[in-house]
Amino acid sequence: MAASAAQVQARVDLTEARIAALSAPSGEAGWAVEARREATARLRAAGLPTRRDEYWKYTDPATLTQAEATRASLFEASGEVPLYSGIDRLKIVFVDGVFDAAQSDDLTGEGLEVDRLSEALKKDIHWARDLYGVLETRGQDPVLRPLAALNTAFATDGVVIRATGKVSKPVSFVYLHQDESSDAILHHLVRVEPGAEVTVLENGPAAARFNKCMEIDVADGGAFHHVRAQGRDHERRAVTHMFARVGEGATYKSFSLTANGVLTRNEHVIEIAGDDAVAHVAGAAMGDGASGAFHHDDTVFITHDAQRCESRQVFKKVLRNGAEGVFQGKILVKPGAQKTDGYQISQALLLDEDSSFQAKPELEIYADDVQCSHGSTTGALDETALYYLRSRGVPRAEATDLLVLAFLAEAIEEIEDERLRGDIHTRLEQWLERRRQA
Amino acid sequence: MLEIKNLQVKLEEEDKQILKGVDLTVEAGKVHAIMGPNGSGKSTLSYVLSGRDGYEVTGGTATLDGDDLLDMEPEERAAAGLFLAFQYPVEIPGVGNMTFLRTALNAQRKARGEDEVSAGDFLKLVRAKAKELQIDADMLKRPVNVGFSGGEKKRNEILQMALLEPRMCILDETDSGLDVDAMKLVAEGVNALRSEGRGFLVITHYQRLLDHIKPDVVHIMADGRIIKSGGPELALEVEENGYADILGEVA
Repeated sequence: MAASAAQVQARVDLTEARIAALSAPSGEAGWAVEARREATARLRAAGLPTRRDEYWKYTDPATLTQAEATRASLFEASGEVPLYSGIDRLKIVFVDGVFDAAQSDDLTGEGLEVDRLSEALKKDIHWARDLYGVLETRGQDPVLRPLAALNTAFATDGVVIRATGKVSKPVSFVYLHQDESSDAILHHLVRVEPGAEVTVLENGPAAARFNKCMEIDVADGGAFHHVRAQGRDHERRAVTHMFARVGEGATYKSFSLTANGVLTRNEHVIEIAGDDAVAHVAGAAMGDGASGAFHHDDTVFITHDAQRCESRQVFKKVLRNGAEGVFQGKILVKPGAQKTDGYQISQALLLDEDSSFQAKPELEIYADDVQCSHGSTTGALDETALYYLRSRGVPRAEATDLLVLAFLAEAIEEIEDERLRGDIHTRLEQWLERRRQA
Repeated sequence: MLEIKNLQVKLEEEDKQILKGVDLTVEAGKVHAIMGPNGSGKSTLSYVLSGRDGYEVTGGTATLDGDDLLDMEPEERAAAGLFLAFQYPVEIPGVGNMTFLRTALNAQRKARGEDEVSAGDFLKLVRAKAKELQIDADMLKRPVNVGFSGGEKKRNEILQMALLEPRMCILDETDSGLDVDAMKLVAEGVNALRSEGRGFLVITHYQRLLDHIKPDVVHIMADGRIIKSGGPELALEVEENGYADILGEVA
């Protein structure tokens, strides 16, 4: 559909209004200034997205693109043990999108180089220069991701990590939200050197509005593990991009837990570039519209550009009281990417008739010796199973929760580390229990 | 203990009367058996008593120790001491058998105002009971009934019964799909639970289960009613002559 002149102008106005409210930090190195300038040009050329764009058909980006962030009240998690508390980790704290040195650990670790993004962009760190905005740029084709370009152009903080060996402790980003109208733009870089391994944890709502971009370059034989939980603030909005390039024999595994949040759009753009590589992306989302609107969108684009690689997408959503779920998942198998093994499943459990799930699974295959499968289901609770549990004395609400946890189990099983898996599972149980008592 | 008076039940979705006035009383300490041809309403009776959706009670009463069963939620009936061993035990992928058993036991105890059983005590308890029924550790770890053979599913039902210690047990065609050895094992499990304070209602097509679980009273059900009651000899009569004679006799 051709856009009218008025629509074209409206997009330009929207984009310029947003740009006018932002400024890139000063004093950066020439390469960084150049990267910012190019990203701004990409943003202007694309224009910010609107509901009219095919890629935003199921999720309205208006509150993500408007000049100012919509206020989001703070969530009081009284007396709760924060996630990952029992796990020895390198803690890096951001408050409303600003690095907080006092609450963070020293930025050092075994097999690890860590720096603040703002510092890295002032220096001539060649690996950072080769990564900042680079994977994001590659990820603009064939689908434009203007909110990611905006991030590269205007990110104010973040961390750059270079794993040079097997990093003993996970690097843990803790995103605190303390200002009701905060608007945070963070950009992280992760370079995993050949044979190195690192785990990155994320948790917390971050801000009233959060735009986060992570570019991850996993060199041959390297491994990147990622587990995230997006906080429990009901009114926060988030758009996140994970851009990854996975080298020969390398591993990329990511899991996200989302409970609450008026709007979440999580994008993964993964390029499998080396033979025998593995990329797994999983997510569990639980939304209850009764405690504020809930809209969750997982958008995944995995490109197979090498032989004998495996990719998996496992996304599960439990929705009730008008909660909305979206899944857009694509597997692109390029010519020559023989023996590709691609799997994709997206499932929603709708606990009532007010909730909805939209799924757009896509396969595009240009090699002839591949194995790709995808499935998507939307269903209600299994009444027979519910009756069986109740006939054994388990009350309806508790029985429902057991079945909900069982439904989400397949996604949670994707977390390799047992302690992290246990932590996420406990978090889910607690969330369900609170709902039950509410 | 279990008292059913003139119970009339139709399907919720269609205008089909299944039970047309069932009268039945099971006393504590007794084993009653219900036999009858296909479609006589035996399984419907068990579902209605346990509270399954899809049925509408159009008349009559069912009480457990004087409490109106039909007014309770399925979980309340369970907590009150009613247990149905399913003809087709339900598979629940993703829910571990141990988790299921412990959740059920503790939910019932909680409903009765009793303390929950600790994880350690539960483990000891379940291991002891499982051993008697030759249920191995693997079956306890797997998701509820998933990948279980017919015999394993039925043994798992009896394990639940042994753990929950209900006062009124209904066994719906527990012998279906079992070979002789499995049936003996299941029957032994049931017999071990027979006691003064506990009543049983055993629903079956065939006499053979009743060779192992000796009933005190046998009822013949046909077309939604109990048409004849008697001692264990009634089951033998059915075995020899089929239902035709009895049905003819009553008509």
